[in-house]
Amino acid sequence: MTYRSFSFVLNVFLNLSAYTVTTAKSTNKKKTVARKKTGKASSGPDINASLSPEEKRELYRTMVRIRRFEERSLKSYTQEGKIGGFLHLYIGQESVAVGSVSLMEENDHVITAYRDHGHALAVGMTMKECMAELYGRATGCSKGKGGSMHFFAPDKRYWGGHGIVGGQTPLGAGLAYALKYKGLKGCCLCYLGDGAVNQGAYHESLNLAALWNLPVVYIIENNHYSMGTSQKRSSAGAPLAKRAEGYDMDWEVVDGSHIYNVRKACDVAMKRAREESRPSILEIQTYRYRGHSVADANDKKYRTKEEIQKYMNERDPINVFKQTLLEEKVLTEEDADQISKEARDEANESADFANESPYLDKEEILTDVYWESDNDRDEIQKGRIFFNDDF
Amino acid sequence: MPSITYRKALNDALAEELERDENVVIIGEEVAEYNGAYKVTEGLHARFGDKRVVDAPISEAGFIGMGIGASMLGVRPVMELMFWSFAYVAFDQIINNAASVRYMAGGTINCPIVIRGPANGGTNVGATHSHTPENFIANTPGLKVVCPATAYDAKGLMKTAIRDNDPVYVMENTLLYGQKWEVPEEEYTIPLGVADIKKEGSDITLIAHGRAVITSLEAARILEEEDGIKAEVVDLRSIRPLDEAAIVKSIQKTNRAVIVEENKPFCGVGAQIASLLQYQAFDYLDAPIERVSAIDAPQIYAKPLEDFQIPDASRVVAAARRIL
Ligand SMILES: Cc1ncc(C[n+]2csc(CCOP(=O)(O)OP(=O)(O)O)c2C)c(N)n1
Ligand SMILES: [Mg+2]
Repeated sequence: MTYRSFSFVLNVFLNLSAYTVTTAKSTNKKKTVARKKTGKASSGPDINASLSPEEKRELYRTMVRIRRFEERSLKSYTQEGKIGGFLHLYIGQESVAVGSVSLMEENDHVITAYRDHGHALAVGMTMKECMAELYGRATGCSKGKGGSMHFFAPDKRYWGGHGIVGGQTPLGAGLAYALKYKGLKGCCLCYLGDGAVNQGAYHESLNLAALWNLPVVYIIENNHYSMGTSQKRSSAGAPLAKRAEGYDMDWEVVDGSHIYNVRKACDVAMKRAREESRPSILEIQTYRYRGHSVADANDKKYRTKEEIQKYMNERDPINVFKQTLLEEKVLTEEDADQISKEARDEANESADFANESPYLDKEEILTDVYWESDNDRDEIQKGRIFFNDDF
Repeated sequence: MPSITYRKALNDALAEELERDENVVIIGEEVAEYNGAYKVTEGLHARFGDKRVVDAPISEAGFIGMGIGASMLGVRPVMELMFWSFAYVAFDQIINNAASVRYMAGGTINCPIVIRGPANGGTNVGATHSHTPENFIANTPGLKVVCPATAYDAKGLMKTAIRDNDPVYVMENTLLYGQKWEVPEEEYTIPLGVADIKKEGSDITLIAHGRAVITSLEAARILEEEDGIKAEVVDLRSIRPLDEAAIVKSIQKTNRAVIVEENKPFCGVGAQIASLLQYQAFDYLDAPIERVSAIDAPQIYAKPLEDFQIPDASRVVAAARRIL
C-alpha cells in the first residue's frame, strides 16, 4: 500500500472513529441554500429512539442472516463448485442495506448495483430464492436468468441488481420520477459504489433529480476501493458526496459502522424525498472484507492484511451493533449465538434447496425476452421476432 | 517455436509496441497497478512506468473519448475495456466520434486509436457482461474490427492495429486467454483483412471468427473422424476489412458453407457473409448456406443453459450434416 492510500485510510479512522461523531454535519454538510429546507427533519427526534427491543433484534438478525448467507455462498463457490462467474460479497457492509431498507414505507423502492445480495435479503427476499439464483436454478428469483449480479423482486419494490457500473443510477431517478408522476408519496433508494460516482450517467441523473425535484436518495456505499483502485487514485475531490453541491442537492457523510448512524441519516434524506420531493446524496463509509469478487486474486495486494483486520476488529457493523445491543440490554450473548445459529441453518438449507432444484428447460432460454411472445398476442405480433429458435 | 498463451501474446505485442513507439500509451481500468483484470497488461506498468501505462477511473465515455481526442494530435492510445460489454456506456465516443471525425473533416484528421478487451459469453456472468458487438462495430463505416482466435493471430493483429492510422477495435476472448499456441520469437505483423485457412479441406467450408474458429476446428475433427468429411476452416480474423476473396475461393472449392459465430444471429456477421456468397459464389453453391450462432435471447446466466446457448462443435456438426 502506498503512503497516500495508507494516510487516506488513517484519515477515515480518525474522522469517523467513534459512533458518537456520526454524521459530521458541522464540518461536512453544506450550508443550506435558500430554496431548500435542509436539516429540518434531522432536528426531529432520533429515529432510533423509537425502536422496540424486538425491532432492534430484527435489525441485528437481518445483518447476521446476510453474512451467514454470503459465507455459505462462498463455500458453494470455492469448495463445492456450485456457483461460477462473479460473486461480489457484501460482507462488512451489511449495516448500509439493512439500516436504509428498514426505513422503507409502502411506496419506497430500492435499486442497486451488482453487490446486491444484502439489499435483496434486507427487503425480504428469501435465502432460498437468492441461493437458487446463484446456483442458476429455476427456483431462483430470476429463474437462473440473472445470476449474482442481477437479482430482482419487483413485488418487494426491489428493482435489481445491475451489472454495469452506474447503470442503475438513471433508473433510480426514473423510479422516483414515476412515483412523482403518479402522485405517490414515496422515495427511491439508489445505491452505488465509490467507483461508480465517476460514471457520466450518474452525473446526468443527479442533474435531472435536482432539476426536476425527484424523490431519490443516492447512497454511495464508500468501501474505499473500486476493484483494486483506492478512492484517492480514482476520484478527484473528497468527500464524494460533496459533488452534490454542484447540483444544488443536500448531502451528508455517514459513518456506516453503526447501523443507527445509517438509519438516522437515511431517515432525514428519505423524509426529504417523500415530503419535499428533493433528492439527496448520502456517502456511507463502510468496508468490504473480501476481494472485489470471489475471483479477485489480488485482494491482499492493493490493501494490507492489517487494514482489513483493523476494520474487522474495530468497525465490523455486526459486532459494533451487537455491542450496543448488549449494552442496551436488549440482546444477550446467548441470543446472539442463537441468531447466528439459526441464520447458519437457514443458509445451509437454502444451499440444499438450491442444489436440489432443477435448471430451466432449454426452451425457456427464449421466454421472458418480449412481453409479446410470452403472451401470445397473435393480433399484434406479426413478423418473425426470433432468429434461431429451431433447436 | 515456443508455445505461449493468447494472453502472453497480447502482452508481448503491447510491450513491443510500447518499446517501438513513444506515442503508444495504454489506458484502462486496473491496467497498471493491478496488472489488468485479466492480466493482459501484466508487468507493463512496472516496466514502462506511470506515463505509458495508466489506470483510469470507471469513466469509459470519458477516457475513451479522451483517447480519441489525443489520437487526433498524434498520441496512439491503446484503450482497454475490461469487457467490451462496457463499451455501451461510451458508444457516442466509440461510434460517433471515432468513426466520423475523419470523414466530417474531409480527411484532414486521423484517429489512430486501438480499443481492446474481451468480447465473449460463456463465462456464466449473465446478460450485461456477455456482449459480442463485432457486428455493431463493423456496421459503422470508419471503424475496423478484428477478432483473433489464436495467440499467433492475437499478437500479429494487435501490432498491426496499433500501427494502423484508423480506429481499430480488437475483440478478445477471456476463454482463450489461457490457451497456448506456437508463436515465433522474431517480430511479425499480420495485415488486417487477410483471412487464414486454419484447416484445409475439400468437402465443406466452416467460416468463423474468434473463439468460433476453435469450435469449428473441433467440428471439423469430428466430421473427419465420424463421417470421413474433409471440412475447411476459414478464420476471418478481421471482420472489417473483410477478406471476401478468401471466403469465395474456399466455397469455389467445397461448394458448401456453414457460417459459425458466437454472436446472436440477427444482422450478424454471418448475414453479411451469406449475402456475399449468394452474390459472388451463387453458381458454386450446392446447398443452402447454414448459419450457426448463439440462441437469440439475452445471455442466460445458468451455466449449462449458457453452454447450450453458445454454439458448440455438435451444433456445427449437425449444421454441416444438414447440407452434406
Ligand atoms: C461500465 C462498467 N465498467 C467497468 C465495470 C467493471 N467493474 C465492475 S465493479 C467495478 C468496481 C466498482 O467499484 P465501486 O463502484 O466502488 O463498487 P464496489 O465494487 O466497491 O461495491 C468495476 C470496475 C462494469 N461492471 N461496468
Ligand atoms: Mg467501492
